Amino acid sequence: MHIPDGFVGPGTAAITYVASAGMVALGARKTRQELGERQVPLMGVMAAFIFAAQMINFKVAGGTSGHLLGAALAAILLGPWSGSLVITAVLMVQALVFQDGGIMALGANVFNMAVVGIWVAWFTYQALQRLLPDEKWFWARAFVAAWLSVVIASAAASLELAFSGVSPLGVVLPAMVGVHVLIGIGEGLITGAVLVFIRASHKELLAPYALGGGEA
Amino acid sequence: MSSSRWILIGLALAVVVALFSPLASPHPDGLERVAEDHGFIEAAQDAPYELAPDYALPGIEDEALSTIGAGILGVLLVFGLVWLVGRSLRPRERGVRA
Repeated sequence: MHIPDGFVGPGTAAITYVASAGMVALGARKTRQELGERQVPLMGVMAAFIFAAQMINFKVAGGTSGHLLGAALAAILLGPWSGSLVITAVLMVQALVFQDGGIMALGANVFNMAVVGIWVAWFTYQALQRLLPDEKWFWARAFVAAWLSVVIASAAASLELAFSGVSPLGVVLPAMVGVHVLIGIGEGLITGAVLVFIRASHKELLAPYALGGGEA
Repeated sequence: MSSSRWILIGLALAVVVALFSPLASPHPDGLERVAEDHGFIEAAQDAPYELAPDYALPGIEDEALSTIGAGILGVLLVFGLVWLVGRSLRPRERGVRA
């Protein structure tokens, strides 16, 4: 759902740039406080993996494709603040080098995916940990958090498009959410699979909060 | 396991994923589909400059190789960017390597 230039007006672009810059600055400060020995390399590897995975569009219904966003993956593995920085870095390289997502629209894209996507995934995952604390629900928690993060991020994008006068909210919101309800299933499956793989092969990379079941 | 080992494994995995990028679905993504269906796709503006648009590395004839090249370039760029930002955020410690 990378928004190209022209889809967001100057006002929307400015507001989302300011909001995103503020959240990224806060994310940098929080990350600095919790930066352990392995956090930086893990962030780099996650950014690299999410970038590559975002190139793999998978087909959903009706001649439409989607690809991984990675917000839930980053939030669950790295925590929301570091995760937000990772998604922002991916979006910056995509916009500046590969012309995927506009430069004027970069603030909106960071806002939708690296802020809204990350925090929806994070709070959903936290809430599900209370509801389904057993480790056997690890995969299901990740799936739901990932699915919802994509759906809500697409709703945020719709609001920006409507606010910019590009398309009425009554048209763009149901259309965007409708497509991303499907794309989100792919997001959930990939996120769950990657996390289960990491749990099986490198459990030490998962923070205790990710696994649940009280004391890990 | 030493950290350099799993960094290399992680990066190698990302490169392996990038190798599959030519197989990606060519269909428009969710937003493009909505923009086409609801008549606002023309509102999209061209980028002010182009380096490697559409994940195609310029100068490589073969489409698949060009996409894979763009993928590997992007993998290294985002890793490098996060690494640099992450290092700059690290509090200065004694004996930290430059």
